Amino acid sequence: MGAAFLGLVTLSAARAAKAAVQTVFVSTSAPKGYDPTRHKWLMCIDDNKCIGCGLCAEACKKENGVPEGPYYRTWIERYIIPKPKPGSDQTRGEAIVDSPNGGMHGFPQPTLPKEQIEHAFFVPKLCNLCENPPCVQACPVGATFRAPDGAVLIDPKYCIGCAFCVQACPYGSRFLNPVTHTAEKCTLCYHRITRGLKPACVEVCPAEARIFGDLENLHADDPLQKFYEKNRVQVLKQYLGTKPRVLYAGLDEEVR
Amino acid sequence: MLNDVTNIVVEALPQFQGYVYPNEAALHPVWSTLIVVYPYITGLVAGAFIMASLVRVFNVKALEPVYRLSMLTAFAFLLCAPLPLLFHLGHPERCYEIMMTPHLTSPMAVFGFVYAWYLMAVLLLELWFDFRQDFVKWSKVTSGFQGILYRALTLGVTDVSEPSVRLDTKMEWVLSIVGIPSAFLLHGYVGFIFGSIKANPWWGNVLMPIMFILSAIVSGIALCVFNYIVLTWIRRKTVDMRCLDTMAMFLFYALVVDAVVEGLDVLHRGYAAEEGFAVLQTMIREKLFYTLNIGQVGIGTLLPLLLLGSLQVLRRRVPEAVRRTMIFWSGAMILIGVLAMRWNVVMGGQFFSKSLRGVMSYKMEFAGQEGWLISAIIMCLPFIILTVLVKLFLSERLQPNGHSSQSSSAT
Repeated sequence: MGAAFLGLVTLSAARAAKAAVQTVFVSTSAPKGYDPTRHKWLMCIDDNKCIGCGLCAEACKKENGVPEGPYYRTWIERYIIPKPKPGSDQTRGEAIVDSPNGGMHGFPQPTLPKEQIEHAFFVPKLCNLCENPPCVQACPVGATFRAPDGAVLIDPKYCIGCAFCVQACPYGSRFLNPVTHTAEKCTLCYHRITRGLKPACVEVCPAEARIFGDLENLHADDPLQKFYEKNRVQVLKQYLGTKPRVLYAGLDEEVR
Repeated sequence: MLNDVTNIVVEALPQFQGYVYPNEAALHPVWSTLIVVYPYITGLVAGAFIMASLVRVFNVKALEPVYRLSMLTAFAFLLCAPLPLLFHLGHPERCYEIMMTPHLTSPMAVFGFVYAWYLMAVLLLELWFDFRQDFVKWSKVTSGFQGILYRALTLGVTDVSEPSVRLDTKMEWVLSIVGIPSAFLLHGYVGFIFGSIKANPWWGNVLMPIMFILSAIVSGIALCVFNYIVLTWIRRKTVDMRCLDTMAMFLFYALVVDAVVEGLDVLHRGYAAEEGFAVLQTMIREKLFYTLNIGQVGIGTLLPLLLLGSLQVLRRRVPEAVRRTMIFWSGAMILIGVLAMRWNVVMGGQFFSKSLRGVMSYKMEFAGQEGWLISAIIMCLPFIILTVLVKLFLSERLQPNGHSSQSSSAT
């Protein structure tokens, strides 16, 4: 009993020490007084609603000062599934996928004539906020970490720019910022959500395809609650065991 | 209008075929020639050390002439091993963080410790115990800078009595025994850096560390063969054919095992034909055609297997000069082949998209951080260091003594 008590005391002391170390050394964009243990952020995508306008990708670039060029914290992919060729034993043609400029300015007309297309759809992509993030596991210095609220963040003052996390991310969500030479990715607009705002992409989405919320503080008519009640959800590359916290409804098997 | 223009700009640079994630469409892969050179150099260190251990641990007397040369080779290359990693970092000035605040779940974080252990606890110590009594002797017969250097390197331990020399030999043996698993650890861990990336089907593979260790042994022995023949040629001495034949024999058997395991990997991938198999096939047929089929398999494996294999069968009937030439070229080809293997692993893993829907093109730069010039300089550096080390410690003027009198017909 005494030993258990002693263990508990040591453990809590260790936890307090770790928290103290984190407050001193880890910089996030959260305001003072924000308590990450009281939130559990979740991003859901209702894929049936995305119209591929690209406003989210554009808003993200502006909000977060993402450099020009092929660097995106969020992007839209367009999937065009052609009808199978006549006489072929396939059930559908080979998917044509594109994301010109991350879909930021919309999409050009498909090259395939309309009558050959079985169906087409858009998929917004972003950091999958894994519960077992391979990027965090791989970071050699601990510059990337998972906050208690579920956000996977990077401390740019600490990152050494080895790009191991870029290699480890199965979703292509990370890149090396060509200006700062550190790793970068979606932070769920941490500077906004910790101040009670929505991420920029969610804010601008005209189709309400992106649903964002706090599982710890749900209210009855919360869009997240409604989305949860209405849909069956799935995650990307589930077989990798990363346990993403970005849930998709209406996803096609072609989406990776 | 603006949209049209930006779309055209993207289309005007066909760096990829099929679909790649937008973040993967940057000008060049995040890991480039420097990271190709890094496992190559580390592998040469591990291989050269294991080759030297054959003398001390397994008592292969025929290899005595190259023992010191192999050890110095391992040392020279080990000094340069962290350079490519350092230069490729976005923030090299923060590199000390890997040692100061290592994140222990990362395979990369352990590098500092494995490296330090190998350099300090294994190589330097073993070299010191091996050279100590020679340092004592040389410090007495040389003057000037070299004399001071040898005196300093004795670290004040100038006792060359029988028990003291026996202790040296015993320590060398112990350190070699510790060194073999350390060398496996050093390079197996480099393989694990790639093998642990489950996001990438080209890398994420349990066989990866084993393939890295085996190819390291092969490349290390090949390097020792190369260095030995070049050194004797420069010094206009004759090669000890017994030693060279033994090296060729070990090289052949190591190459057989390496080729079998790498073949097994290919066979398994082909048979399992998992999700990413189609894109991997494109890689083998197009993107890595020359470096894989010709470089790694043809030049690096089949030709040396043929040459060295025929020597095993026909050793007695082949004249010495021909044998020497065959072994030399086998070693040189293996060195090229293993470099090609490193290229195929490192670059191959980045030539296709993790969406498994497209492949990227890559045009190697000349100058700049990712250019091949800096990699070439880093590759030359160990040879320059080795030349200095050979001048200082394998000098023809300084005859080694005692238990290491063997120390090379090269000197």
